[in-house]
Amino acid sequence: MIQLIDIHKSFKKQKVLDGLNLEIEDGKITVIIGRSGGGKSVLLKHIIGLIKPDSGQVIVDGDDIAAMNERQLNETRKKFGMLFQEAALFDSMNVEDNVAFPLREHTKKKEREILEIVKDRLQAVGLPGVEKKMPSELSGGMRKRVGLARAIALHPRIVLFDEPTTGLDPIMTEAIDKLIVDTQKMYNLTCIIISHDIKSALEMGDKVAMLYEGRIIEEGTPEKINNSENPILRQFLSGSLEGPISVI
Amino acid sequence: MNRLIQAIDRFGRSILWYVEEMGRISLFFISALSWLVRSPLKVRLVFKQMEFVGVKSIFVVVLTGTFTGMVMSLQGYYGFRLFSAESLVGSTVALGMTRELGPVLTALMVTARAGSAMAAELGTMKVTEQIDALYVMAANPIRHLIVPRVVASIAMVPALTIVSDFMGIMGGYFVGVKLLKINEGIFLKNIYKLVGLDDIYNGLIKAACFGLILSLVGCYKGFTTYGGAEGVGRATTEAVVIASISILISDYFLTALMF
Ligand SMILES: Nc1ncnc2c1ncn2[C@@H]1O[C@H](COP(=O)(O)OP(=O)(O)O)[C@@H](O)[C@H]1O
Ligand SMILES: [Mg+2]
Repeated sequence: MIQLIDIHKSFKKQKVLDGLNLEIEDGKITVIIGRSGGGKSVLLKHIIGLIKPDSGQVIVDGDDIAAMNERQLNETRKKFGMLFQEAALFDSMNVEDNVAFPLREHTKKKEREILEIVKDRLQAVGLPGVEKKMPSELSGGMRKRVGLARAIALHPRIVLFDEPTTGLDPIMTEAIDKLIVDTQKMYNLTCIIISHDIKSALEMGDKVAMLYEGRIIEEGTPEKINNSENPILRQFLSGSLEGPISVI
Repeated sequence: MNRLIQAIDRFGRSILWYVEEMGRISLFFISALSWLVRSPLKVRLVFKQMEFVGVKSIFVVVLTGTFTGMVMSLQGYYGFRLFSAESLVGSTVALGMTRELGPVLTALMVTARAGSAMAAELGTMKVTEQIDALYVMAANPIRHLIVPRVVASIAMVPALTIVSDFMGIMGGYFVGVKLLKINEGIFLKNIYKLVGLDDIYNGLIKAACFGLILSLVGCYKGFTTYGGAEGVGRATTEAVVIASISILISDYFLTALMF
């Protein structure tokens, strides 16, 4: 289980997280929704220790990440996989080397075995046969799928997704959503998904949480969120310009 | 009056900025150093960087070295001729190249070619979250990205300096002996007599220091890039400026220490 307890984070004078609390259950999909620029990526980076909170705790399986040194952090990070917003594939390496990277870094497997695993993971994300392509030769959707293959290469228990479908067409969005759900089931993953796509969130999430002005203002099952009376959430759900969220 | 104060103010600020950057780069250096001693080197990555920093710079270094030697020979000839000391042209060129111009020019050329590329490449990796991705995969970016570049530069800038020294002396020889008809025997004899091995060694030690500086600055600037494509451009420019200034300043102090 992952617990975020009273997280505060500012960049210079800008307060991004302001006393945030959230619990994430094992083996479930938790979707965090919120406005663009609202601090969703910052929140996600706290969970994996890329950003340290000014105050507060990030507890992963009982240990506080925020208090860890580099070595402990690296041990903990091996439990995680992460798919970045723009996939963050290493553009000096081809697809095969990208997916093989964590395997070569952290296992003593033979090269042949590694290539087998790479093939298997690429198959799992529906991209067989792209091993020798460079990231720059791939479309946005393909890059994200390769990113997912890399994220699950080491069989992590927890996978973080930063806006996995932003910027994709509706069909590709459906395909990636389905891929995430299938992968989650196949490996019984704990998934944390950042999204501003409310429709996807309600479809995929076991739990949905809304981030607004540095806090989680509402969380619960998709039904609970969908029926919430919270005016901020209602405005977000309807995508309306009228309401408590000031747009400009 | 106001203008003057403003100008002084701005000048003071740039010096402060430069000194602050130096401090941060030193800290960066310490963490790179600690990774260098703590974990085995990624040999394959080092070789790849050696090719990029070294092999691919040979052409520019040959050109700059040759022409610098040639022009030194020419200028030296015009100067020394006034008091009939043309025989010293060869040794002047050789001393100038090995002690100063070989290392400094090579370092500046490599800064422009490879130091800037390091800042741009790492900067792009930073703004596209590839460096974060390394952290997430528990692969330390300092070990993967910085250490190979720094090690390769410390090895290759001296190697290129040898090339530059040699080409400079050859260029000087060509202009002095072949074009200006200085007596070949005296030209060479004075080189042997006045240029010692320690002139060459000290030049190479300088070159290694410059390699450290230019790679460290390039990597640091790339690593701390923010703000998209514009940020990458800014990081690249600043890397070249800071590295060039630092090379010239440290050159003075290294020379004062050595000779
Ligand atoms: N490393 C950083 N340094 C300074 N400001 C940052 C940094 N990372 C994020 N921010 C700021 O925090 C705010 C939230 O960013 P982010 O979490 O990326 O939003 P989003 O919800 O769209 O993912 C933004 O205003 C951004 O400018
Ligand atoms: Mg984001």
